[in-house]
Amino acid sequence: MEKLMLLGDEALAQGALDAGISGFYGYPGTPSTEIIEYVQKSRQAEAANVHRTWSSNEKTATEAAIGMSYAGKRTMVTMKHVGLNVAADPFMNSAMTGAHGGLLITVADDPSMHSSQNEQDSRYYGHFAMMPVLEPSNQQECYDMAFYGFELSEKYHIPVLIRLTTRLSHSRSGVQRRDPLAQNALQKPDDLFQFMLLPAIARKKYKNLIKMQADFEQESLNSPFNSFSLQASDTSKGIITTGLAYNYLREVFGHDPIPYPVLKICQYPLPMEQIHSMYDKCDSLYIFEEGMPIVEEMIKGANFKGTKPIHGRLDGTLQRDGELNPNIVAKALELSDTYGKDIPEIVTGRPPALCVGCPHADSYLALNEAVKEYGRGHVFSDIGCYTLGFMPPYNAINSCVDMGASITMAKGAADSGLFPAIAVIGDSTFTHSGLTGLMDCLYDNSNVVIVILDNSTTGMTGGQDYTAFGKLEEICLGLGVEKEHIRTFVPFKKNFEEAVQIYKEEIAYEGVSVVIPKRECVQTLKRKHKMEA
Amino acid sequence: MKKDIILAGVGGQGILTIATILGHAALSRGWQLKQAEVHGMSQRGGDVQSHLRLSDSEIWSDLIPMGQADMIFSVEPMEALRYLPYLHSDGWIITNSTPFKNIPNYPPEEEVYNQIKAIKNHILFDADSIAVEIKARRSMNIVVLGAAIDKLGFSSQEIENSIKAIFARKGDTVVEANLRALKAGIDISS
Repeated sequence: MEKLMLLGDEALAQGALDAGISGFYGYPGTPSTEIIEYVQKSRQAEAANVHRTWSSNEKTATEAAIGMSYAGKRTMVTMKHVGLNVAADPFMNSAMTGAHGGLLITVADDPSMHSSQNEQDSRYYGHFAMMPVLEPSNQQECYDMAFYGFELSEKYHIPVLIRLTTRLSHSRSGVQRRDPLAQNALQKPDDLFQFMLLPAIARKKYKNLIKMQADFEQESLNSPFNSFSLQASDTSKGIITTGLAYNYLREVFGHDPIPYPVLKICQYPLPMEQIHSMYDKCDSLYIFEEGMPIVEEMIKGANFKGTKPIHGRLDGTLQRDGELNPNIVAKALELSDTYGKDIPEIVTGRPPALCVGCPHADSYLALNEAVKEYGRGHVFSDIGCYTLGFMPPYNAINSCVDMGASITMAKGAADSGLFPAIAVIGDSTFTHSGLTGLMDCLYDNSNVVIVILDNSTTGMTGGQDYTAFGKLEEICLGLGVEKEHIRTFVPFKKNFEEAVQIYKEEIAYEGVSVVIPKRECVQTLKRKHKMEA
Repeated sequence: MKKDIILAGVGGQGILTIATILGHAALSRGWQLKQAEVHGMSQRGGDVQSHLRLSDSEIWSDLIPMGQADMIFSVEPMEALRYLPYLHSDGWIITNSTPFKNIPNYPPEEEVYNQIKAIKNHILFDADSIAVEIKARRSMNIVVLGAAIDKLGFSSQEIENSIKAIFARKGDTVVEANLRALKAGIDISS
């Protein structure tokens, strides 16, 4: 089979395609987006009729994947780390129902918050749900883990969490393909109680999940992706790496052999037996993990005989936050480190900004004018390109918490008497998590103005489509917003006066108003023109 | 043999194209590569960088260790300076001199140039003007590439082949413009 140059995201997607997957579900989110984008461009996926359209949000995506697994087929759901919060309900319960067809839940974490509002570590969720977790260390492992993950999932009838991190998701390298497997045939579960979590059944299923933990640990001990050797010239240190931290360890030793015992962990639950034997043999342990110190916490909580030092992020041997790199690992091991020159002081930050010609810019300039008389602090916003409206010269918004929170925070503030209370949310974000918040506002007739910035795409992640495309006004109308308080305009400079007037009128109206500035994203427009040219 | 290159610029300036060309040339030699890219928020006009690692033996880390880059390849002068902690003491800075000013507090250009000139091995030149001169306005990044390939140990023939392979589907006019840009860049460095 051929060798391909693939991003980590793409390698996992290609692996799943070759491993006989029948459907991908997901909502775009950096750094996970490229998995489904790759599948959407794949001729192989098209020929095999693999499901590959976007879902409304991570929760609906996860539930659809559980349904596909119910029907006996292999499936994967993809999301970024904070998306797993949205999908937490089906995720946690999928460990209870278990899988029928192989079910992979792929979550891409973003340590250092390159494009996220926090750096939560999805391995905690895996531990929480008592589910096996796979964490590839390179692109080839991404590919191979799709095969392995489906096997593991179908062997134990359990969903498997695949945890990626930004540096692997968005790094490219050579990947060797294997012969593809056929898809599973449609087949209902043998046990029709399997997906029925009534308390009496759930209690039995939970006992079974607990019982399987020993099997899962045995799988980790034998995993082809973990490696362990106590054969070493120097046992003053024992080194444990997780995921791609292993690469940084190999990098800092270059062509020299590593003198210490090393345990490479890419599959969880932790292989505790190996960790115990390393602790017994070595004078100290060093733990390098990309993300939060979950392994370090678990090892420190283990029942070791003795008080040998365990070094990691918790004792300050490594920085507590942010992603790792070879220099951090070298310093922690007191190896010689290299550094170029400091960045000259004249170099200034260049934060991301709204594109030249972005429709959001015109929407914000008009909004600023309309709320000028009330001062700052009245505009709740959300997650998307338009969050950049916080930056100068706009300084237009005052919050960014989670998907959909603009509407509900505006409601809570309005309920407290804040006037005006304005929500600014993107069209795709509104589709993801805005509808239910709008219904709350309507139920109470809260005094809010909800601005749905319609650029007709999911912009921040690079321009994906979304499920409510072209239907925003009808949806608002259908949910019960009064027709005369659903207002639209085209955000261009020439329409500034009209826009200000609309905002002002709807601020003056006591009740729920929706304002929809509608103009296509300049990036997707540019791409269309290029394709036509 | 290894080449570690930091590619720098502002979102949308085409540094990933450079990574694709160099990667293609390296693979044609039977080398391995790892290339860490920046996707997401920073692509909206923020500073972007890519770590491109090429080697005839196994590459472990996706990130280049600080102090070990053989080259900072930049299509924007201030962005070249942002990655100085990565540059090896014998490494090269090859950069376009045309600033990309999408921020209000861009430093005086002369100060930026002086900092670049303070690095032992540097090539600082106006690749935008050259691209316009040779009627390949959109190939500024390839002009900079031309100035860099000799320092990276690639022959012009290798890079030409890669440009032809990568731009083939865009038609002869685009291929020709990029080959002109490459040659113009090579002339600068020789």
